[in-house]
Amino acid sequence: MLAAMNIPPTDQVQQAVIHVQGLEKSFKQLKVLRGMDIDVARGTVFALLGSNGAGKTTVVKILATLLKADAGTARVNGFDVAAQAAEVRESISLTGQFAAVDEILSGRENLVLVARLRHLKDPGAIADALLKRFSLTEAGTRRVATYSGGMRRRLDIAMSLIGNPPVIFLDEPTTGLDPEARIEVWHAVKELVKGGTTVLLTTQYLDEAEHLADRIAILHEGRIIVNGTLDELKQLLPPAKIEYVEKQPSLEDVFLTLVGSRTNKEER
Amino acid sequence: MNRHFVGDTAVLLGRSLRHIARSPDTIITTAIMPIAFMLLFVYVFGGAIETGTDSYVKYLLPGILIITIASGISYTAFRLFLDTKGGIFERFQSMPIARSSVLWAHVLTSLVANLISIVVVVGVALIMGFRTGAGVSQWLAVAGILVLFTLALTWIAVIPGLTAKTLDGASAFSYPLIFLPFVSSAFVPTESMPGPVRAFAEHQPVTSIVNAIRDLFSQQPVGTDIWIALAWCVGILVVAYLFANVTYRRKIS
Repeated sequence: MLAAMNIPPTDQVQQAVIHVQGLEKSFKQLKVLRGMDIDVARGTVFALLGSNGAGKTTVVKILATLLKADAGTARVNGFDVAAQAAEVRESISLTGQFAAVDEILSGRENLVLVARLRHLKDPGAIADALLKRFSLTEAGTRRVATYSGGMRRRLDIAMSLIGNPPVIFLDEPTTGLDPEARIEVWHAVKELVKGGTTVLLTTQYLDEAEHLADRIAILHEGRIIVNGTLDELKQLLPPAKIEYVEKQPSLEDVFLTLVGSRTNKEER
Repeated sequence: MNRHFVGDTAVLLGRSLRHIARSPDTIITTAIMPIAFMLLFVYVFGGAIETGTDSYVKYLLPGILIITIASGISYTAFRLFLDTKGGIFERFQSMPIARSSVLWAHVLTSLVANLISIVVVVGVALIMGFRTGAGVSQWLAVAGILVLFTLALTWIAVIPGLTAKTLDGASAFSYPLIFLPFVSSAFVPTESMPGPVRAFAEHQPVTSIVNAIRDLFSQQPVGTDIWIALAWCVGILVVAYLFANVTYRRKIS
């Protein structure tokens, strides 16, 4: 699978695979994007942070050719999203806010469906390999309607990997998931990046960005107000003071200690 | 046309047919109401209805088939609505597939499902004593009219399927279509109706379609009815197809 991934030579690694400049979009009177710019380097995870309604999904939809921008340019993998939509669609996969899976089909049938629509040879083998990679082999023949939220998301991400698109958009991949499922998804994203895929991730959870992203941008009122690595972002604040605070376990720590042992085992 | 159109449509058609195979209730519920109407009219009202023919079930069947199709196509709106509300519609739109395949798969699924329902309804009619001396060519003509009518109504159903805000809204549009046969020659001869109602009944599509199918079943010369019926079917089909595609393009761009 790696051989087909088309990993570019190192001198191109820093070249932007997603390039967005001056992007504007309004819905009737509401200006959602007011001149947004980002560049995402190949093979990195870029997190777009923002509160609800900040326009994160709008950006993703424009980049995935589902919406047309009012102004500005956006290029994905070297193709213009407006003028070369078909080429862009060859280069991307979208995992939207709601798991884009077919509930009536089984997990395996979902994977085969996408492999067929991407016109690949041997869809069955592709499906089986992905089921294995995302620990869904046992559940593969069950209807997706019986899956847990985390399993559904893993299947969703597995479907996005078919055909090895160089760019993957993950729109709030962990919204509405329980902490265990969230860790499952993080695990899946890390798997993805190992293969050299570029990931644009939107999230409203700061720890998620901290955990996964190489670069983080904050989208606020339609513009990018900060863009940098985690360390660069941290330097924006006054230097850390040393204080002595009693270390209290967070509720997440407690929850995961009590119920998380099973997940940890699975991950290994 | 995109070079993958046929292949992509076939793959997506396979998906929708699998949905139907896994919830055959959509075919059963489509067939149940027309069968209930048929039982009611033949065994309850039929004795009092003067049609001037020997067998009322034979008189009634063409109208019942129209009702079957009219209730069956609401499932197209239903399935399309569920696709657009779930993420799967956007996944398909962001993939390198022929975009019109998404609609055509639903339309062809409707055709298959409705033909199965029609076979079930005709089977019940045979049990109830429906007999016809129609030969292969007459049956093919009947099938052709019904296929055209199904395609025409299905393309209408695509529009609410794409635009509805709620599930009820997506399927409610078919109720008037189901009742259109009642104000036609489907159940009683139009001569028995008062002036304005009769004028409406004789000039709406169902009457010409029903008359054409009835003539084919009883091996009568079909006359002008079949041409009027075909004109209605093709006319509705073309207009609905154009509107559905405008709606689709507006939705995906």
